[in-house]
Amino acid sequence: MTTTATPLLEVTGVTMRFGGLTAVNDVSLTVGEGEIIGLIGPNGAGKTTFFNCLTGLYVPTEGAVRYRGTLLPPRPHLVTQAGIARTFQNIRLFANMTVLENVLVGRHSRTKEGIFSAILRGPGYHRAEAESREKAMELLAFTGLADKADHLARNLPYGEQRKLEIARALASDPGLLLLDEPTAGMNPQETRAAEELVFAIRDRGVSILVIEHDMRFIFNLCDRTAVLVQGQKIVEGDRETVQNDERVITAYLGAPLEGTTPAVTETDQ
Amino acid sequence: MTTTTETTPVIPLPARAATALTGLGALTTAASAALPWTWTSDFPGDLTYAGSPAGLQWLALTAGLLTLVLLLATHGTPGLRWAAPTRSHNGVLYAATGALAVSVFSVTAIAVELGGLANLEPGGWILAAGGLLTVLGALGLPLDRRIRVPLRTLDRRLFLLVPAAPLGWFGAHAIPGDQPVAPVMTALAGALALATGAVLLLQLGHLANTWLRLGTIARPLPAPRQLPSWAEVLIIVLAFGLGLFAITFGIDTEYGELFTGYLLLAAFVVPALTRSGLLARLRALTVKHRPVTTGAAFAAAASFPFTQTSDQYTSVATNILIFATVALGLNIVVGLAGLLDLGYVAFLGVGAYAAALVSGSPASPIHVQFPFWAAMLTGAAVSMVFGVLIGAPTLRLRGDYLAIVTLGFGEIFRITMLNLNGTTGPKVTNGSNGIPRIPDLEILGFDLGKTHTVAGIELGRFSNYYLLMLLVTALVVLVFARVGNSRIGRAWVAIREDETAAEAMGINGFRLKLLAFALGACLAGLAGTVQAHVSYTVTPDQYTFAEALPPNSAFLLAAVILGGMGTISGPLAGATLLFLIPKKLEFLSDYQLLAFGAALIILMRVRPEGLIPNRRRQLEFHEAAIPAQPTGDDAALTKAGA
Repeated sequence: MTTTATPLLEVTGVTMRFGGLTAVNDVSLTVGEGEIIGLIGPNGAGKTTFFNCLTGLYVPTEGAVRYRGTLLPPRPHLVTQAGIARTFQNIRLFANMTVLENVLVGRHSRTKEGIFSAILRGPGYHRAEAESREKAMELLAFTGLADKADHLARNLPYGEQRKLEIARALASDPGLLLLDEPTAGMNPQETRAAEELVFAIRDRGVSILVIEHDMRFIFNLCDRTAVLVQGQKIVEGDRETVQNDERVITAYLGAPLEGTTPAVTETDQ
Repeated sequence: MTTTTETTPVIPLPARAATALTGLGALTTAASAALPWTWTSDFPGDLTYAGSPAGLQWLALTAGLLTLVLLLATHGTPGLRWAAPTRSHNGVLYAATGALAVSVFSVTAIAVELGGLANLEPGGWILAAGGLLTVLGALGLPLDRRIRVPLRTLDRRLFLLVPAAPLGWFGAHAIPGDQPVAPVMTALAGALALATGAVLLLQLGHLANTWLRLGTIARPLPAPRQLPSWAEVLIIVLAFGLGLFAITFGIDTEYGELFTGYLLLAAFVVPALTRSGLLARLRALTVKHRPVTTGAAFAAAASFPFTQTSDQYTSVATNILIFATVALGLNIVVGLAGLLDLGYVAFLGVGAYAAALVSGSPASPIHVQFPFWAAMLTGAAVSMVFGVLIGAPTLRLRGDYLAIVTLGFGEIFRITMLNLNGTTGPKVTNGSNGIPRIPDLEILGFDLGKTHTVAGIELGRFSNYYLLMLLVTALVVLVFARVGNSRIGRAWVAIREDETAAEAMGINGFRLKLLAFALGACLAGLAGTVQAHVSYTVTPDQYTFAEALPPNSAFLLAAVILGGMGTISGPLAGATLLFLIPKKLEFLSDYQLLAFGAALIILMRVRPEGLIPNRRRQLEFHEAAIPAQPTGDDAALTKAGA
């Protein structure tokens, strides 16, 4: 799949420094309409920091992030407003709200009813509330949580909490969804189900940028994969390009000692 | 599912004998109310008459009869089955314990105040026997209990301290006083006694857990008999009438002994009715007829002044309403948005001062007299402006920092009002003298300061203000209910739960927190405008952080947490209790605050989620009660091989 003329997300030269530590160093990346892009790298490579730079949680030291051609403001709620939704590596649900309420909170940026509307409860308020509920229930049905709408989020089993986080992110009608390790802690069956879910989300017209450690998951899903090592993007491309790249193999398995024959062969991964 | 509960008696008694004993005890307790308990009228309430119950005797009668009714209902007596839909005997035990508590308290109070048990008439002894019999019998009934869990080893070893204490005491006394080690031994014995006391207190909970092991078994509520709609509405109205009667009884208690007995009884009657399933059934009815319920609650509250013959207790009720309304406003800030505000009473003060300045009081430097609606708007608006001014710079802080800053603001307000006295600052508020002689309100030609006769009942000044305040409370309740259950309210709760995630959902955290702060301030200011007129005078001392009497910031926060965060009825109930307990415990004089503190600790130990918890909070604190989730042996088997 090729990128379109105006990419959905255009990241140019993003650098993030914390004091003397450069967590993300001059990373550029584009995500096109309808694409699924993977982001892999060893632990501590700066993947989540890169996500936080995209979503306004961190203000990048250098570089620019453009969404549909406009520069993104460095405030999380404005980024969501613009059309980028995200999930978190360690699930961050509103634990003491019900499943339905969690998704309704996700609708926040797409509804306008203010405090006076809430107090007066005119017909407009009821219409908007009913619409939000309908949309939220549709998303719960999409992720297979419809029958648990009234459960507290904290009482859901782990896999369903992940799904709920995705449903909540989708509630803001995003054009781009950032998934931070969506299959962490899942067994192989659940991982396959997650793959199906990601494809289904793409079919809804949402592009996806996903961080993962599960190579099979990444290579099954992604049109392109970027590899981040020590804050730097070392390679980007399709499955073959990434798998055969010497630097990727070195990053994951270490460099062979000088004078020995490389033990690494293509049987890995 | 493994069984974790059983239905067995605590004391092994034949089922019939236990039932008979409980019934006999309950009847005896109730009957003792008709006998004189003491020979002299020196004890408050005059318990010397035969055949005419007074004061504490009414409580004993209530406890006895309630136990009897619950016992019969649990055994399925036709005509009474409605009282115990779950058929759980635990309700009977709670009611019986209530009877015992009332009887033990009454007998002790008589013996202590009149000097010895000799002051008891036979009626008093019958009361004590009745209470004991009831509880003994109830412990023999088949109760819902958890299965036995052994004490931890450490706990058992700690009990060794108990015999050690008298030994130490004996040792200290066996040594003659002239020996040099005597003071050391005395100190040791004292320390040992203190430690024993502490251990015993701490272990009470464990003892109850191993011996009583009371638990709840989820019993399916049988489907209620289909009643016509009007009958259901009638039941709701009757229930609220009864509630009004019970609360009025509490407010009208004339002496501390009666109030303490009332609180004791209430503390057992409420769980008794919960266990019997009656409250759950009533709640189902109120949910079904929500508008009727709201109307009935409002009507019950509004009819309170009509039950009073003097202004003595309507003034208490008015102040309770003011306190409760402000607590409800604080609940928006603390309960919904999760912002710990320790200076909230300042907003009540801002509203009160604003209203006082435009009230036409001769002490006000602004010689204007706004009509009430304008004064109210002024108070609310000024308060809201202050809320925004304080909130804008501080709400970027989170958690503890916000608490410290708001605590500081509360004090700054009070000190500023003290300093605007003409010498240390411009003359606006008369400093510590405050703004006195605030005229009474006149709304549409109706002078709230005068006594009016409505339907043959005289409504005094405080009754008028009570009704006015009730309207304000109703408005605040409406705002809370509607905003809490809307897009804005959900965003507040989301911020409380996880601010970072909330912002990632498109919520402007700062703006919404500021909104919560401003709305809370505005509602407190609204209550403040009425308070200024009710109390004639506003002084800076009324708005401190902590004091022996409400309202102050500490009490407001306590009312919210004690009552139940995030609910409407919670802070109302919490505020009522927090206002009444110190007021009615005045007879304890020096020990008043100690007793109050103890009451608070017990309450929070028994119900950490508050008196009327939010559904969410209840689940949070009683996780064990939730059936275990299939959290996943699946999830544990991660994709190591993937």
